[in-house]
Amino acid sequence: MLKIEGLKVSVEGKEVLRGIDLEVPAGEVHAIMGPNGSGKSTLGYVLAGREGYEVTAGSVTFRGRDLLAMEPEERAAAGLFLAFQYPVELPGVGNANFLRQALNAVRRARGEAELDAVQFLKLVRGKVKALGMTEEMLKRAVNVGYSGGEKKRNEILQMAILEPAFCILDETDSGLDIDALKIVAEGVNALRSSDRGMLVITHYQRLLDYIVPDRVHVLLAGRIVQSGGPELARALEAKGYGELQAAA
Amino acid sequence: MASSRRRPEAGMVEVLDAPAPAASTTVAQLLDRARGLADRLPGARNPAVAAWRARGAETFACQGFPTRREEAWKYTDLALLRETRFEEPILATDITPPLSREGSEPRLVLIDGRVRHDLSAIGGVTAGVAIGSLADALQKQDENTIAGLGRLAPETLPLPALNAALAEDGVVIRLADGVDGGMIHLLSYATARAGHPVAFHPRHLIRLGPGARLVLIEEARGEAEAFAWQNAVSEVLLGPGARLTHIRLLDEPLSAVHTAMIAVRVEEGAEYDSFTLIKGARLTRNEVHAVLSGPRAALHLNGAQLVDGSRHVDTTTVIEHAAPDCASRQTVKTVLAGRARGVFQSKILVHRAAQKTDGYQMNQALLLSPEAEIDAKPQLEIYADDVKCSHGATVGELDHDALFYLRSRGIAEAEAKSLLVQGFLDDAVSLVADPGLREQLQAETVAWWQRVEHGG
Ligand SMILES: Nc1ncnc2c1ncn2[C@@H]1O[C@H](COP(=O)(O)OP(=O)(O)OP(=O)(O)O)[C@@H](O)[C@H]1O
Ligand SMILES: [Mg+2]
Repeated sequence: MLKIEGLKVSVEGKEVLRGIDLEVPAGEVHAIMGPNGSGKSTLGYVLAGREGYEVTAGSVTFRGRDLLAMEPEERAAAGLFLAFQYPVELPGVGNANFLRQALNAVRRARGEAELDAVQFLKLVRGKVKALGMTEEMLKRAVNVGYSGGEKKRNEILQMAILEPAFCILDETDSGLDIDALKIVAEGVNALRSSDRGMLVITHYQRLLDYIVPDRVHVLLAGRIVQSGGPELARALEAKGYGELQAAA
Repeated sequence: MASSRRRPEAGMVEVLDAPAPAASTTVAQLLDRARGLADRLPGARNPAVAAWRARGAETFACQGFPTRREEAWKYTDLALLRETRFEEPILATDITPPLSREGSEPRLVLIDGRVRHDLSAIGGVTAGVAIGSLADALQKQDENTIAGLGRLAPETLPLPALNAALAEDGVVIRLADGVDGGMIHLLSYATARAGHPVAFHPRHLIRLGPGARLVLIEEARGEAEAFAWQNAVSEVLLGPGARLTHIRLLDEPLSAVHTAMIAVRVEEGAEYDSFTLIKGARLTRNEVHAVLSGPRAALHLNGAQLVDGSRHVDTTTVIEHAAPDCASRQTVKTVLAGRARGVFQSKILVHRAAQKTDGYQMNQALLLSPEAEIDAKPQLEIYADDVKCSHGATVGELDHDALFYLRSRGIAEAEAKSLLVQGFLDDAVSLVADPGLREQLQAETVAWWQRVEHGG
């Protein structure tokens, strides 16, 4: 579903991703772990199409298409979704309005009918409740004045509404209390299916107890230095990155 | 420099060094017109009206058009007016101006500055509300109307003075004590033909008796080709405890010029709550002089300036706190695209007597293009010692992270920018209390964005 080959990316002249090879087939959940500054968020941003990243080598194929040639909104329309590590505040932009515009944009791209305000509200109500959010949060400006945990839930709410084919979660677990972590993990698990892929970036084994990955990759200084099953995450939790760093 | 006999072509825009006032052919021509019409303008036989007009003509003759050498006009150049030979508006027939509002409220329509009863609908006006044309009132030598002329407007300034000299018509609205006048809609529509620039100088008198209430929606629009210069003056007097909600929407053709002076006096416990949305003419100067003259009076001068292409929009306000315990609030947002120019000048003057003044001013600009520019000049002049005044100003560009965030959710770039512009305007537009009016203003801002996107 997502195939990354020999991807090298520079930011402001500095090579941050130094040759990434990674394939996530439909139906699988892959986790990426790695120390601060190793390039995890950069990978997420490059896949989502943020400006300011120079791809110097390699390719990314998403559902058979050249992902890197697409605009960010085309990638979203094609089914790619990035839950941001740091969700962006949009002053003056109402959350409900934002969610509906996003959903309708994606529905248009999928050839589905747009939802009017009433239909949308019906759809969103159930999801808001399932994520332990209040409807009041729909009335507020996107992420403005939200607590750290509320921002993360709002990311998952967007994901639940847009039902993307491929989800990248960038540290969605950080800043969440234990109950919220469970709720968010349930939200993610509810989306797990045989035709959906996921890339879960995290620092903690804890999230992977709830969202059990098929594969775990270790990103170190812009390269994947080790891959394995769920047990790799547990080993890292116990030992840290020291050994791998020494070997690199 | 242009010789005094040179006849500029219509629509020509040339920025020359400011000529001395007397050298402007336009000044001479406007004064000629004032002389020629002196006996024929409505109310000409009334000595008070005639004297008022003569004073206006004299002031304008002395001063001519303001130039950028004057502090108040530092950022706005009227070269375009000085270089244009304006004609008399002819009586337009077969006009049906498009209506932006379907509302059933009483409506008064002005075409090229003249009230048109045939296009207006003021039948349903509430008892205690008098609404009519200035020309009619002056023709009838209505004492109340005549007494109100020039009572509030700063007619020592050249443009209001010129308005006095040439005012032919306008709107007179008067509310009796305690009356709730509901909503009234004024539409000023310009029809001038291309190649025939016209000037008109409407004078509006609005007076609310003690405790009266009114929502006044005022729109200025025009036919696409109309090169009309509208030089309007409004005198707004709010008696004790009265409340006027004044929504103004200036959406005029690129060929038009609009200079407006709104003079407001807010008496004890009264409230003037205004929102002005300016989408431009080629050049707009929106000037408001408000005096809080009685204790506990309140003033809201909010607005948004949406400026694109080569348009120039200038909002200049003077807020005078002359009594204690008054509050003034001003939130003005400016969005600039293309090579547009925006100006925001605001002076808050707090007299010695105005203790416990509460003044707030926020002025924010969003620049969508590197060629766009805003000049902002806030001024505080405070003579009282127990005063709370705060003001803030920001100038910024669209937030790239915000734009990417929206696009990453599938929202196309143009739509994403539109959402961000709406978001930027929101804390000004949301100050409009009436949901229907707020929606209309929001729709206007969306339409403006579409004009920007499609290079209008
Ligand atoms: N815009 C930028 N300008 C300069 N350096 C950048 C920029 N963006 C990222 N970098 C650098 O690239 C490297 C990788 O950053 P990235 O955010 O991808 O790390 P990360 O693995 O997500 O870290 P964390 O676990 O702390 O979130 C860091 O050294 C960072 O400083
Ligand atoms: Mg990161």
